[in-house]
Amino acid sequence: MAQRKQLRVGNQWLYAGDAERILRDAIRIREEEEQRHRIEGHVLPWYRRWLFSTDHKVIGLQYGITALCFLLFGFSLMLLMRLQLGWPGHAFKIMKVLGDARAPGGVLLPEAYNQLGAMHGTIMVFMAIVPLAVGAFGNYVVPLQIGAPDMAFPKLNMASYWCYLPGGLIMLGSFALPGGAANSGWTSYPPLSDIATIGQTFWLIGMIFLITSSLLGSVNFIATIIQLRAKGMTFMRLPFFVWAQLVTAFLLLLAFPPLEAAGILQLMDRVAGTSFFLPSGLVVSGTPLHNAGGGNPLLWQHLFWFLAHPEVYVLILPAMGIVAEVIANNTRKPLWGYRSMVGAGIFLGFMSFVVWAHHMFLTGMGTVISAFFQTTTMIISIPSVIILSALFISLWGASIRFTTPMLFALAFLPMFGIGGLTGLPLGLATADLHLHDTYYVIGHFHYVVAPGTIFAMFAGIYYWFPKISGRKLNDFWGKVHFWGSFVCINGVFFPMFLQGLAGVSRRLYDGGIQYAHAKAIAEATNPFMSISAFGLLAFQVPFILNFFANVFAALRHKKNVNDNPWQATTIEWAATTSPPLGHGNFAVLPVVQRGPYEYNAPECTTDDYLPQHVELPASAPPPGGGTLPETAVAQREL
Amino acid sequence: MEAHAEAHHDFEIPYTVHARPDTGLYNAKLGIWLFLASEVMLFGALFSSYILLRTSAPTWPRGWEFLNVPLATANTFILIASSVTVVLAWANLRMGNLKWGRIFIALTIACALLFLVNKGFEYHHEFVEHRLPSTNNFMALYFTMTGLHGLHVLGGVIVFLYMLFPGAKMWGTDRARYTNRIEVAGLYWHFVDLVWIFLFPSLYLM
Repeated sequence: MAQRKQLRVGNQWLYAGDAERILRDAIRIREEEEQRHRIEGHVLPWYRRWLFSTDHKVIGLQYGITALCFLLFGFSLMLLMRLQLGWPGHAFKIMKVLGDARAPGGVLLPEAYNQLGAMHGTIMVFMAIVPLAVGAFGNYVVPLQIGAPDMAFPKLNMASYWCYLPGGLIMLGSFALPGGAANSGWTSYPPLSDIATIGQTFWLIGMIFLITSSLLGSVNFIATIIQLRAKGMTFMRLPFFVWAQLVTAFLLLLAFPPLEAAGILQLMDRVAGTSFFLPSGLVVSGTPLHNAGGGNPLLWQHLFWFLAHPEVYVLILPAMGIVAEVIANNTRKPLWGYRSMVGAGIFLGFMSFVVWAHHMFLTGMGTVISAFFQTTTMIISIPSVIILSALFISLWGASIRFTTPMLFALAFLPMFGIGGLTGLPLGLATADLHLHDTYYVIGHFHYVVAPGTIFAMFAGIYYWFPKISGRKLNDFWGKVHFWGSFVCINGVFFPMFLQGLAGVSRRLYDGGIQYAHAKAIAEATNPFMSISAFGLLAFQVPFILNFFANVFAALRHKKNVNDNPWQATTIEWAATTSPPLGHGNFAVLPVVQRGPYEYNAPECTTDDYLPQHVELPASAPPPGGGTLPETAVAQREL
Repeated sequence: MEAHAEAHHDFEIPYTVHARPDTGLYNAKLGIWLFLASEVMLFGALFSSYILLRTSAPTWPRGWEFLNVPLATANTFILIASSVTVVLAWANLRMGNLKWGRIFIALTIACALLFLVNKGFEYHHEFVEHRLPSTNNFMALYFTMTGLHGLHVLGGVIVFLYMLFPGAKMWGTDRARYTNRIEVAGLYWHFVDLVWIFLFPSLYLM
């Protein structure tokens, strides 16, 4: 049999005919796209391409930009709160932006503090981090990583975004209502929330939109991952990020409906005068409430936490997925224990449905129930520890590339570790008696979500920005952003543990100085925490400028990196251009040959990585089989 | 984009019509089962609330003493009949018979509308008798749960009306896909039927 000529294109050994065909296809598609733009003008009007697009990449960007705006908005609410907490009773000119009703003379009223607190939590969880982690990263990256032309239901995908945005706008708009936005905490516990101002009704309506959005999204993600995997992309060859998104989607699918039910019941309480959550004999401000009674406030807590505990894993799993991708790429090694990580992720998903009542140890639901939920809570810490340990061990013996995304990913590990380990005392009913509703809780979950998940989101932004734009974000300013944020964010959150152990309650508009036991530590730590928070804001400026400078450069089609700048193995980098082709993603749908992290595998002969889709010749490539540097360059520039 | 998608086979989303060999499902069928799973959680949460409120209440009204049980029984059979007609619609489409397929879709819609009209009479009667959602937790649950179920019925009517008239154009272009759509809508319809099968005894008979 005659030996067929083999070429090296980029990192791939291909038969000459195949290489030519792939190149011709890629060139033809790009030319056709350009021609369409030149001759016919835009095939779709601009609003179909950028507003009502069904392309998963555009929807991912829409989600990403909207969610980042909400992230900044939620952060600003927190800054106003921190300003007043640091110096209780002082008047601040900046506070006057809230208007006389909320901050007469520049001093924040307790009622307004409650609004800011409730909306900070709601915005950060439901409108910023979940849409960023799932809507943005999931939408943009998952179809590319599994080798799919788009999501399984593109129109549903568009509908998902267009439920999310109105939901978010209703929430924002509620600040303008009489009595302001919702002010019963992000948990909206009745009976308080049942009798709160009209803002709470809008909170519920907004939540129903957001829940619908996440329902449409989660159906789409699961169907896409199960149905649209490329040929050869078996479940055990999925990048860990895809696994994380799959488990996350199941959590969203099954955990959100009970909150929707609870939202409907609370809406009925507020609008139709029912008493689902209002017990008999309720007296408000000295006057008995005229209602049928017989309701149960704990019912809301059960339904709410049945969602909100899985929601914690919705916040953390995609973050773990991003960190796993970045760590494997920058350690140039396969992930240690990929299969255990996948198993742990699935187990985590199941267990997250049976731990919710550990938020309710103080409600008097009984020691037997407490013991059950305390046990399940201890069990669920095991899979989290497995994933975190696997990521730590992955670093062992690696020659690590300290790129900006890697720094954020590395910081995620100890930060999530602190957040997770400080959760253990909260999961034990006895210790929780002391710590419940103190700043310790705030410190615990902020360590999980802020320097944990948000750092992972930054890792993801720095890591996939070249995929989206063909440009790398500036490394120097990225590192300034990282180190500044890292120091400041610990300055904000670490003192919360000390405050909580000293017994300072959460949700106090003056930070606790009115209480004898809390005064000393509150006065000692609050100004420092507030200054750290403003430092944190200052260190986001380099990121924002860096981000927009590169977005504008990318809009002018100025690329500064090749298609695979991180030398990654996963096919979103290795098998398509950066930015990817329009609708369709791949010039030729890749056929997957191996697992996702073949860095420094024995088969790697020329580079230190072997992309998932590259077909190795049956025998080793012939020595001097011919390299075509021109072809390689040509493909990279496409 | 559409013209472009047709030019390149790789750009089309696979398994929209035919099943993926290793999963045995086409996309929409998997999608509807997932959606129904979330619906189970939605109504499951409401039924759990019902159980919790009822078990903790010192007294609980008995639905049969004032609700219209014969009408609700009739409604139960109307919904069951509509589940049969929707299967017949799908079976006829599978056999290539659009005419009878559409007749059975129309019958399904007729059953659904009849159900809603009956429900309207029941609601009217409750309002006249001053049994409102705010009267007690039983009436609150009655209106919330049957109301949400009624919205699901209405949603089904809208979907089937679309399938009956503008959506039926797909029969000419993509027969298999149109048939699949009826199958998927039918799965949803069976679920709506099933919810009522649970609601009827819980509210009227127990």
